[in-house]
Amino acid sequence: MKLYCLSGHPTLPCNVLKFKSTTVMLDCGLDMTSTLNFLPLPLVQSPRLSNLPGWSLKDGNAFLDKELKECSGHVFVDSVPEFCLPETELIDLSTVDVILISNYHCMMALPYITEHTGFTGTVYATEPTVQIGRLLMEELVNFIERVPKAQSASLWKNKDIQRLLPSPLKDAVEVSTWRRCYTMQEVNSALSKIQLVGYSQKIELFGAVQVTPLSSGYALGSSNWIIQSHYEKVSYVSGSSLLTTHPQPMDQASLKNSDVLILTGLTQIPTANPDGMVGEFCSNLALTVRNGGNVLVPCYPSGVIYDLLECLYQYIDSAGLSSIPFYFISPVANSSLEFSQIFAEWLCHNKQTKVYLPEPPFPHAELIQTNKLKHYPSIHGDFSNDFRQPCVVFTGHPSLRFGDVVHFMELWGKSSLNTVIFTEPDFSYLEALAPYQPLAMKCIYCPIDTRLNFIQVSKLLKEVQPLHVVCPEQYTQPPPAQSHRMDLMIDCQPPAMSYRRAEVLALPFKRRYEKIEIMPELADSLVPMEIKPGVSLATVSAVLHTKDNKHVLQPPPRPAQPTGGKKRKRASDDIPDCKVLKPLLSGSIPVDQFVQTLEKSTHHPPVPFLLEQHGFSDIKVEDTAKGHIVLLQEAETLIQIEEDSTHIICDNDEMLRVRLRDLVLKFLQKF
Amino acid sequence: MPEIRVTPLGAGQDVGRSCILVSIAGKNVMLDCGMHMGFSDDRRFPDFSYITRSGRLTDFLDCVIISHFHLDHCGALPYFSEMVGYDGPIYMTQPTQAICPILLEDYRKIAVDKKGEANFFTSQMIKDCMKKVVAVHLHQTVQVDDELEIKAYYAGHVLGAAMFQIKVGSESVVYTGDYNMTPDRHLGAAWIDKCRPNLLITESTYATTIRDSKRCRERDFLKKVHETVERGGKVLIPVFALGRAQELCILLETFWERMDLKAPIYFSTGLTEKANHYYKLFIPWTNQKIRKTFVQRNMFEFKHIKAFDRAFADSPGPMVVFATPGMLHAGQSLQIFRKWAGNEKNMVIMPGYCVQGTVGHKILSGQRKLEMEGRQVLEVKMQVEYMSFSAHADAKGIMQLVGQAEPENVLLVHGEAKKMEFLKQKIEQEFRVSCYMPANGETVTLPTSPSIPVGVSLGLLKREMAQGLLPDAKKPRLLHGTLIMKDSNFRLVSSEQALKELGLAEHQLRFTCRVHLHDTRKEQETAVRVYSHLKSVLKDHCVQHLPDGSVTVESILIQAAAHSEDPGTKVLLVSWTYQDEELGSYLTSLLKKGLPQAS
Repeated sequence: MKLYCLSGHPTLPCNVLKFKSTTVMLDCGLDMTSTLNFLPLPLVQSPRLSNLPGWSLKDGNAFLDKELKECSGHVFVDSVPEFCLPETELIDLSTVDVILISNYHCMMALPYITEHTGFTGTVYATEPTVQIGRLLMEELVNFIERVPKAQSASLWKNKDIQRLLPSPLKDAVEVSTWRRCYTMQEVNSALSKIQLVGYSQKIELFGAVQVTPLSSGYALGSSNWIIQSHYEKVSYVSGSSLLTTHPQPMDQASLKNSDVLILTGLTQIPTANPDGMVGEFCSNLALTVRNGGNVLVPCYPSGVIYDLLECLYQYIDSAGLSSIPFYFISPVANSSLEFSQIFAEWLCHNKQTKVYLPEPPFPHAELIQTNKLKHYPSIHGDFSNDFRQPCVVFTGHPSLRFGDVVHFMELWGKSSLNTVIFTEPDFSYLEALAPYQPLAMKCIYCPIDTRLNFIQVSKLLKEVQPLHVVCPEQYTQPPPAQSHRMDLMIDCQPPAMSYRRAEVLALPFKRRYEKIEIMPELADSLVPMEIKPGVSLATVSAVLHTKDNKHVLQPPPRPAQPTGGKKRKRASDDIPDCKVLKPLLSGSIPVDQFVQTLEKSTHHPPVPFLLEQHGFSDIKVEDTAKGHIVLLQEAETLIQIEEDSTHIICDNDEMLRVRLRDLVLKFLQKF
Repeated sequence: MPEIRVTPLGAGQDVGRSCILVSIAGKNVMLDCGMHMGFSDDRRFPDFSYITRSGRLTDFLDCVIISHFHLDHCGALPYFSEMVGYDGPIYMTQPTQAICPILLEDYRKIAVDKKGEANFFTSQMIKDCMKKVVAVHLHQTVQVDDELEIKAYYAGHVLGAAMFQIKVGSESVVYTGDYNMTPDRHLGAAWIDKCRPNLLITESTYATTIRDSKRCRERDFLKKVHETVERGGKVLIPVFALGRAQELCILLETFWERMDLKAPIYFSTGLTEKANHYYKLFIPWTNQKIRKTFVQRNMFEFKHIKAFDRAFADSPGPMVVFATPGMLHAGQSLQIFRKWAGNEKNMVIMPGYCVQGTVGHKILSGQRKLEMEGRQVLEVKMQVEYMSFSAHADAKGIMQLVGQAEPENVLLVHGEAKKMEFLKQKIEQEFRVSCYMPANGETVTLPTSPSIPVGVSLGLLKREMAQGLLPDAKKPRLLHGTLIMKDSNFRLVSSEQALKELGLAEHQLRFTCRVHLHDTRKEQETAVRVYSHLKSVLKDHCVQHLPDGSVTVESILIQAAAHSEDPGTKVLLVSWTYQDEELGSYLTSLLKKGLPQAS
């Protein structure tokens, strides 16, 4: 069993697991932090951005000044933003049988994989994951396509040139593989390859492996996956949460008894408590608005925003903010709000019970009804008429490189009355802000990451007790900025195996058993014998049928009846098939009893030519170092009997030999 | 001999009070718990004393499954769980769980408040009963206990309707509940995978009907409504609050919009508006089209359809009223019917099946003089139309589902005996499987022969599989091994491994046979002759001549030695182990015949 690690990003994983005869891709995360190296895409012409000076080398060489611009000491690529794809060379991706998606954030690279690698398999994901994933992709494509950029910079990617650039451009990895955003057509084609699944649904892959999604508690429809056969179990934990937010709680019990647990998607801000962050978010928001300023919340169109809106729903009246307009601007804002209300079955218990009333599960329905929350596809159109200040705007993209958020940064950045509050943890807020510097507006960092922290992980591991843990290398050491915090890493026994991008891990896993079905007719014919108390044995000789990776044992065919009249055609028909296996023998021969039996006459009435066997009267027994020798003097036959062996040495008297053989066999157990 | 037993307590050769007991691999499951709308005495509920006369139902039943929210499938549930007494789990889908208590309460109100029945279940009992419900998601495998698992499939029929697979080990039963194999205006089509159950229990409401295309029926319906309204008549459509009602509303709503009609459409009781809310919240359970477009336009927000007030029934002029219940057996639909029945300009359209004994059934079978309470006779002059909008599978659909699931046996419920008979024959002919149609209280027993799963050691399996790759792979391959049974853990391993695991030593049984040959040549030459002889006879075996002069056939050793007394005779020592018994025995008899003369 092998694990191919195609992404180095711990929360946007992309791994390929080879298990039995199947090749399973676990998630398809797209690392978008690469876009931080690019200049923002403004919705309306921004004189500030277009007048940024070109960057030149220390020696004054300015041949890159068309591609690279400088802003407050940072250098940015002036081009269509590009994303860092998972490795596509480490393994032939056309051999991937299935892709399992754990949540909508971890499927953003899907079109790159399904449309450009020869992939012909099936993608499995829950319905909310697909619907919201579609919204995220739609928003991304929309953000990028509606601001067409003529320039596509590539000179800087040249290895020799990249070396000369300042950090972080100099250190950016795999820039040659960075790609522009996909198109809506590619998105639709990729999504058409998805098959919807429900929690605890058992999905058979080629009869060899069974995969099952489990609730992971992190987002609507988010799942962990069990990949198992009858004797081996791999758990894939990706983006899980134990906090009570809107999704269904995490199913931990089903992760028990795993041979291997692959652990990804832990919190990116292990030191921040999400509840505290929500409190800070609310109070900073209120403070700014009360002072007449505007609040900008860069966010994704789904996920934490539902929880924030719910908090505000409870908070705004008590904080005296009832008259302040809340705007949610995204090409998919309406869809996101509507979809959130129809996935009751994927929500936490409290929200589920609401639909029995029947009421919409999220209170943002009421915010919309009472006109406190308004949503718009973009800043153009209706929004410009309705726009009132001070106000609160939720909009994307959290990288601040594209989307309507760029406009609000340009619009509000110059006034210290305004505040931008960062809640999404995926991007460093300082890097996100860099191309807007110098900035007068206040910046508050309240990252809300509900995914597991290290305390929760260690509790979880203690509870589910996997034999081995596999995780990204980042989790096996403290974060670089807090290298003394030994508590901010995974601590388990045996130590977790770590992986990094482009690595192949051999998982410590020895398969020993496989399921086989014994047909009832065969089972009836078995003769069990008790060897020890509670342990029985039965020898099985049966015909093995294997179809679709399922094995079945059927009764052996009856020996062919010798066809009476027909003459045999070839002498070789007589030659026995050496593949007919004889049972193994065990036990020892009690010499006295053996000799006594030989001395007695026996009767075999049913056997016509052996009506009577005369006993031997001339048996001599000699003791040897290891046992005995029984001598039938007249027959010139010698039988060496030892603890674990019997050797019959005789003349070519088949009848006698068979008689001795059968007598020996009588005393032995057969396996 | 293991077996599956099925006993319908209701819906055996009948429509109404669906309730089917299934025993599978020692587990007892009750499928549906419905009431019969044709009766108002004891017969309206299934006879639960059949399950156990003295014991507690909870001890006997492992679980109860409810397929959908129609009362003939869940109407007896509070009576069963709270009055007879059952505390085990009750499984149903989430929409069913949401809507079921509302219909039960509705039913209770009509029975107690309107008919004044005593000893009926109370509102509190409905609530307590619903607390025992566990929601099941589509395709989720629910582990009822360690052995019993159930799985729900989409059934169409009404919002949240599901078919259920009940599985223990390798034995399984599928119960369809009510289902619909063609998508309609608001629901999708039923679907099941090729799960090959031992038994498929299917409804057979429309066992003999092959319905014409749905479009024609819709056009017919719209035409009739339109004509009646044009001539100033009133149209009454008795419906159940949820299900058909929503589909017909969508139909009328779009027609009204297209034709720009002005006649009002009403929907009786507040329940309906609430019902539409459920549809809005359970969009994932509706059909593709509605799911795709719900963000732009929620199909369940109606512009032309307004809430009905009792007073409207007497207003002059044309109107269309949807009223509950659907079979005209009580409630508002019956009240309106009595008001409008005397006018031939009016029309009542029955869009679904009516159970015997209901007013709906009577007028559909042509009765025009109805005896009402207080010896009153109601003369029906209004037009009576029947439109099969009922979302059951027709004969074609039932056959299609049987084909999809590929069961070993089929059992028909929820239909009329005569029609079942016809379908039974058809199924037996087309699929060559046994088909049963037990009456209520009659038990069908099916013997099963489950295979036994054991763990086979990979080493043993791979050894056999490798042989399977040989050219004669078509020949059946014999696998030889030892089954170790320890507690309930069964493992099949190679005999060597079994010996090793049990700490037993192998006993070597060896034979050495002396074969006397007349041969004056030297031993070495005798060996060469033996070698070439065996080589020519045993073409399929590995025959070797070793440097030390001995000959081997597979693992059988043959040595030539001089005779101690007779120089003209050589002694061949043929030595083999018990594992090569057949070949060894064959060789000695072959060699005994002598060697062919060298040419």
